[in-house]
Amino acid sequence: MPPNAAASVGSREIEVEVLRYRSDTDSRPVPQAYRVPFTYDMSVLQGLQYIKDHLDGTLSFRWSCRMAICGSCGMMIGAEPKLACMTFLRDYHPGPLRIEPLTHFPIERDLVVTVGGFVKKIESIYPYLIPKTPRRLDEGEYLQTPMQLAQFESFSDCINCMLCYAACPQFGENPDFIGPGVMALLQRYNGDSRDGAQATRMELVHTENGAWSCTAVGYCSEVCPKQVDPANAVNQNKTKSAIDFFLRFLGRPARSGGAASDGNAP
Amino acid sequence: MSGPRPYLRPAETLWWARRPYLAYTLREATGIAVAGYALVLLVGLISLASGEGAYDVWLNFLKSPWSLALHLLFLIGMIAHVWTWFRIMPKTMPRLVIGGRIVPQNRITAAGLAVAVAAFIVILLVAEWMQP
Amino acid sequence: MKRSVAPVFWLLFGAGGMLAALTGPALVLITGLAAPTGIGLSPNFMSFARVASFAQNPFGKLILFGIIALFIWHGAERIYLTLRDMHAGGRLALMWICYGTAGALTVVTFAALTIIGV
Repeated sequence: MPPNAAASVGSREIEVEVLRYRSDTDSRPVPQAYRVPFTYDMSVLQGLQYIKDHLDGTLSFRWSCRMAICGSCGMMIGAEPKLACMTFLRDYHPGPLRIEPLTHFPIERDLVVTVGGFVKKIESIYPYLIPKTPRRLDEGEYLQTPMQLAQFESFSDCINCMLCYAACPQFGENPDFIGPGVMALLQRYNGDSRDGAQATRMELVHTENGAWSCTAVGYCSEVCPKQVDPANAVNQNKTKSAIDFFLRFLGRPARSGGAASDGNAP
Repeated sequence: MSGPRPYLRPAETLWWARRPYLAYTLREATGIAVAGYALVLLVGLISLASGEGAYDVWLNFLKSPWSLALHLLFLIGMIAHVWTWFRIMPKTMPRLVIGGRIVPQNRITAAGLAVAVAAFIVILLVAEWMQP
Repeated sequence: MKRSVAPVFWLLFGAGGMLAALTGPALVLITGLAAPTGIGLSPNFMSFARVASFAQNPFGKLILFGIIALFIWHGAERIYLTLRDMHAGGRLALMWICYGTAGALTVVTFAALTIIGV
């Protein structure tokens, strides 16, 4: 904000309660109230930045792009998982607006949660193309039709914001559940016509912590800011896993990919 | 400095009874109507196997206000089941692509509901045709 | 990696759910409301003679078994998962109670249809 902007920021104020936690001084999280002046176009993120710049420099929160693409600013705003940069203070006036860190995650400090477990889950699902039929550079590109792309495209839109994990009550019950976001990434690769590692990833899907922790609540897809539809990723893998559960005895390889093609011919 | 001690908030044991999860719990509760109705049929089947006397007792129960009220509840539960079933069904399928376009999930739901309505009508017609 | 056994119950849940979605409302209307009151259907629609002959027919047995067993398995899975959500008991205990009951009732259904004979 430009200098002296604080004086020119709107005459309306909203009361904001932020859940604070500093492990060196607090034994448990405690809400702290702030009065934040705001204009019509101010996001919750800008409100937090106002608090940090003018009211309380000790407040900690993650943010980066402020345009809903980096996935850093996920938090509970009014008890709903949202991105702070695309949620607006005007919608919660006069407040009090409760802001808390994402549910189901340990709190590092204030609005910052521990993401290590989530990152490990991403790493565990082979999050890269393992080509069905590798092509050398001189053989040219892998070819894919728009229909083949349509099979998995939405799952590639995930920004790793973890709102779906805050939304998912089964992840709350079982922190080892692979979870909606990582299953979406898994399906992004399994559903890609170029990929050949479906069977390897399906081994994770078949487990209790794979697709089978999901009870189709569907709230994950409702809160997703990018319309990834992780509920679809998880539940279509229930179908694949269930079919494979019985067909594996017929001796055919556990081939449970998305679009049916060899990845090269259009 | 020993580093930060992350704080794990205690689990919310009543999450299933609160918004937005209450709707999901109510959806799952339609399973009670489905199983409950099957139990009534099973009791009828057992009484059928026990002979005409026992079966007539069951038939008389069906005519009672208690049974009629119960079946009205079953009917409401069944209709709620049909509605929520086809709303969740598209989530269990891969992206449906027809004629080069992704079929929106609410269109798949609408198609499913249409089939359910058609089946409802067909069964009623068959019952009418099977009249004594 | 250990496979979950959940697919077995999920498929039964799915089959029962689809069958209930397509036939449930009509069946409840017919057997629970129309036939007993005689409104829309003859009050003799479910007389002993008619129902017994239906249950003695192999096709009729299949329909009765399919509806009763699959509806019960559908309900059992939903009740199991909801009881788990509610922390009503340990996972294994709830599985035995819900799936065990469904299994027992399936056997009872089969037995009743066998006793009815042809």
